[in-house]
Order: sequence, then C-alpha cells, then structure tokens
Amino acid sequence: MEEEKLNIISLPVEDDKEIIPEMEVIEAEQGGREFEVETKNLSVSFNGRPAISDINLSVRKQTATAIIGPSGCGKSTFLRALNFMHDMIPKSKVTGEIIINKHSISEYDTVDLRKKVGMVFQKPNPFPKMSIFENVVSGLKMNGNKDKKNLNEVAENCLKHAGLWEEVKDRLKEPAVSLSGGQQQRLCIARTIAVSPEIILMDEPTSALDPISTQKIEELIFNLKKEFTILVVTHNMQQAARVSDHTAFFYMGKLVEYSRTRRMFTNPKEKLTEEYITGKFG
Amino acid sequence: MEETVQQYTSVFAKPKNLRRRKIVNSTMLFLCVVAAIISILPLFYIFFYTTKSGISSLNWDFFTQMPKPVGEAGGGMANGIIGTLILVSLGSVIGIPVGVMAGIYVTEYSGGLFSNLVKFVTDVLSGVPSIIIGIFAYGVIVIPMQGFSTIAGSFALGILMVPTITRITEEMLKLVPQSLREASLALGVSRWKTTLQIVLRTASGGIITGILLAIARAAGETAPLLFTAFGNRFWSTDLNQPIASLPVQIFNYAISPFEDWHNQAWAGALVLILLVFVVNLIVRIVTRDKFANKV
Repeated sequence: MEEEKLNIISLPVEDDKEIIPEMEVIEAEQGGREFEVETKNLSVSFNGRPAISDINLSVRKQTATAIIGPSGCGKSTFLRALNFMHDMIPKSKVTGEIIINKHSISEYDTVDLRKKVGMVFQKPNPFPKMSIFENVVSGLKMNGNKDKKNLNEVAENCLKHAGLWEEVKDRLKEPAVSLSGGQQQRLCIARTIAVSPEIILMDEPTSALDPISTQKIEELIFNLKKEFTILVVTHNMQQAARVSDHTAFFYMGKLVEYSRTRRMFTNPKEKLTEEYITGKFG
Repeated sequence: MEETVQQYTSVFAKPKNLRRRKIVNSTMLFLCVVAAIISILPLFYIFFYTTKSGISSLNWDFFTQMPKPVGEAGGGMANGIIGTLILVSLGSVIGIPVGVMAGIYVTEYSGGLFSNLVKFVTDVLSGVPSIIIGIFAYGVIVIPMQGFSTIAGSFALGILMVPTITRITEEMLKLVPQSLREASLALGVSRWKTTLQIVLRTASGGIITGILLAIARAAGETAPLLFTAFGNRFWSTDLNQPIASLPVQIFNYAISPFEDWHNQAWAGALVLILLVFVVNLIVRIVTRDKFANKV
C-alpha cells in the first residue's frame, strides 16, 4: 500500500487537474484500448424528478470500473440506463447519449443491445423452475439455439469461467435454487457470459453474500475483465479498490470524480470524494 | 433511576389480571378451533352423505347406459357424463385462453386506468349470479341460432370461468419477482419470450390451481345450462343440438316424484364430485413441478 501511494504521488501534478489528460496516462498504461462505453450528458428522470444528470463517462475495453457513492446517488440508475432497463418503468425519461462500441445506442435494437450488454443483479436471481444447466443456457435457448452439443459445450465453458464447474458438474440437472447464495450468483454470472456479451454490468453483486463468496466473485471479476468490459456498482470501498482499474464517485445524481482507482483511494481530487472514502458521510 | 428499576422488576411480577387473561386466551382459542372444524364439516358431510345415498345406484350401467323411460328400472347417465365432459372442455377452450391472456395483459403490459378497469369489471363479473350468465348466453347465442345448443352451454360456462382465471393469473404473475423479468431481458431475450418462458412458467403452479378451481365450478353449474344447453334425454354430441349434462340431469331427477330417480340423482352427484376430483388429479400429475420435492 505504501509503495503504491508513493508511486501515485510521484505522478506529474498536472495530471490531477483534468480527467482527459488522466485518460491519456491510462491509455499509455493499458495499451491504447478503445472506448467501449461512453456517455454524453446522460440524464435519467423518474416522474420528472432527476435521478442522474449530465453524466459524462468513458470506459475502455476490457477494464473494470467501479461505481461508488452513497445510497440514492444514482449509481444503479446509471448502470441500468446502459442496458435500457428503464424501459420497464413507466414515466422514466432518459436523455443524452450513450455510445457503445462506437455506436449510439439509439442505433441498436433494445433486444440486440442487451445481448451485448449483460447484467448481474444485486440479489442472485436464477430462474426458479430451471435446473442449473437450463439456467446457464437459458439465454441461448430462449433465443432459439437448440443444438444440444453446442449448448453442453457452452454450459461447461461458462461454468468453468464462472468458477462453478467443479462444484456443480455432477448435479447439473438439479434445481438452480438448491445452490447456496454465492453459487447462485456465480451461476448468474455464468448465465450472463453464456450469451457472449462484450460488457457486463454488475449491480452490487456481492451485497447479499458472505465474505468467502464475495471473495470468489471478486476474483472472478478480476479474471473476467481480461475478456469483458466490466462496470460494477458497489457499496464496499475495499471491493472497489481491489477489483477495479477506474473508479467513478457519484453523489446526488452527479459524477463527482472519475479517475484511476489507485489515485482515487490515495489522493482524491475532490474534497467530497475524500470525505466519502474516509467514511465521514455515506 | 428508581423508576426504571421498578419497571424492570414489574416484568417479572405476577400481573393482577393474569387469571382473566388466561380465561380469555383459552376461550378465543377454543372458538377458533370450533370455527376451523365448522369450515371443514360441510365438505365431509357432503362427501359422506352423497356416497351413502348414491353408491347403491352406482354400477357399470350408470356409466354406460342411457336414461330409461319413466317406470322402467335401471338405466344410467352416460349421456350426462359425456355431455358434461364436452360442455366443460369446450367451455375451457373459451375460458382458459381468454382468462390467462387477459391476466397477462393486465399485469405485464397495461398500466393504470385500463388495468384497473379490467380488474374491477372481472371482480363484478365473478359476483354476477350464474343464471344471469345463462340469460346472457341465451341472448347472444340461443336466440340468433334459434335453438338450445352445446355451443351456447359451453359459451356460458366459458364466460363463467373467465373472471376467476383472469384474477388468479393476475395475482400469480404479480408474485413473480421483477428481478426474474429483468434477468431474462438482460440476457437479450425479447419481452414476449420472457413473459411466456420465464414469468408464466414461474407462476404456472398457481395459475393451474386457478384454472382447476374454475373448471370445478363450471362442471357443477346448473343454472347457466338450463336455457343454453337445456338438457337432453337422448344421446347427442352434436354441437348445434341441446346436450345432456350431469348437473341438469341431477336437478331434473331430484325434483321428480320417483324414488329410483332420486337414487340416480345421488349417484349422479357422486359421479360429478369424482369427475372433478379425477380431472384435478390428472392435471396435477401432468403438470407437476419436476423440482417439487427437491428443494
């Protein structure tokens, strides 16, 4: 930790002033990866009451970004906007632009977009009437894939990816709800990656889990970002520090600070960020 | 300080009205037990009495023979049994899809005013006396077709089933957590597939119970059949002709002055109860949850 701190402090001072130069530093560090998710002046309101306003945030391919902030600050709202999830809620209004993979999401069909942008929810939500196997392949199956051999391969692959294969390989036919909470959440992650998305949104994926399960999920996130772009909402500051490359701090519907995680947790630019991270409020 | 100590100790002190509280407690408990017993008594009594009175007339002939003319012994209600099966099946063909789809629309797709209107109207409809439903079917089917018919009877039963099924479907779909819908949508599954394969599948147990309740009720209805299917002493499976049904036959036999017809009416009642029971059992077995005993 001390080492890291020194490292950060030794960065050029002008880096601290703007997000954009900071991004250049990251670009150099991460080999100039392209932006996968960009939002421009993204605002969401419910019933005319704004939940988030003017969010400008760019996330690079195959990185993990943590979104932190106190309850009700709009973290989940932001995440769900990236997946058209507000469609389901009457009287919600989304303005501004979301660009995924260089295309504005207005160019995508909702259903196609969601195949690219998967989501893992706060509470594990396996489909209760399906077996473990059926759950993993449910996305493919419901979209018309009937190739048994292919489905078996995908299921094995995804379960291995999610670190669940060894635990469930002999009980694939058993109901998914017979698994423990942590296993269920890994099953949900396997289910999400089965439809081969590019981006995975995680909305407090470990808040309903015990510490050991949490650790497993965190390790998983760390591994998954080699292939997927991950945005994870979390209340757990240590978790953000452990798993993410970048951190965005939301407060009262605004993006207060967005920078490299190491910097955010050692030398935040904004006073508000520092106060939140050190536990003075939130 | 002293006060809190006193409060603290008073928890352990014997309250003054302990005796009275104990008496009230046991009296209320006793009344609840009595009420519970009263609520199950009628069913046992009905089952016991129907079996006792009907079993003597129940034989193979009852299921295979037609009703005999007045004065002749024997005969059965084969036409009534088949008639009821046809009427209820056709009624289900009308009632189940309409009920389930209306329930889906109300919970999954429409919001606000129209949804509340549908809820209110189905509630009122389920309270409408069944004979009124019969008059309605008489008006819209029997008069234009110029005659009583199986179709009219089935229509009346179908209408009767709709509100029960709509309401239960709605209640059951509401119990499906929103997170399951979101999970499915987030996999890139379209809305209608989500509704069909996740929401409906998850709620299927409760919806099937509702459908069975509606079927059981429709099978036992006499009033809406009186001036729609009318009844028929002869064998008929023609959809455009009047058709026999167990409830109407039971009604006719029970109000007749003949002793052996009374006995046959009891047997008919027993068969009707068994019929509903068997249909229940079959549907339960066919649609049983494969994970029911594993979780």
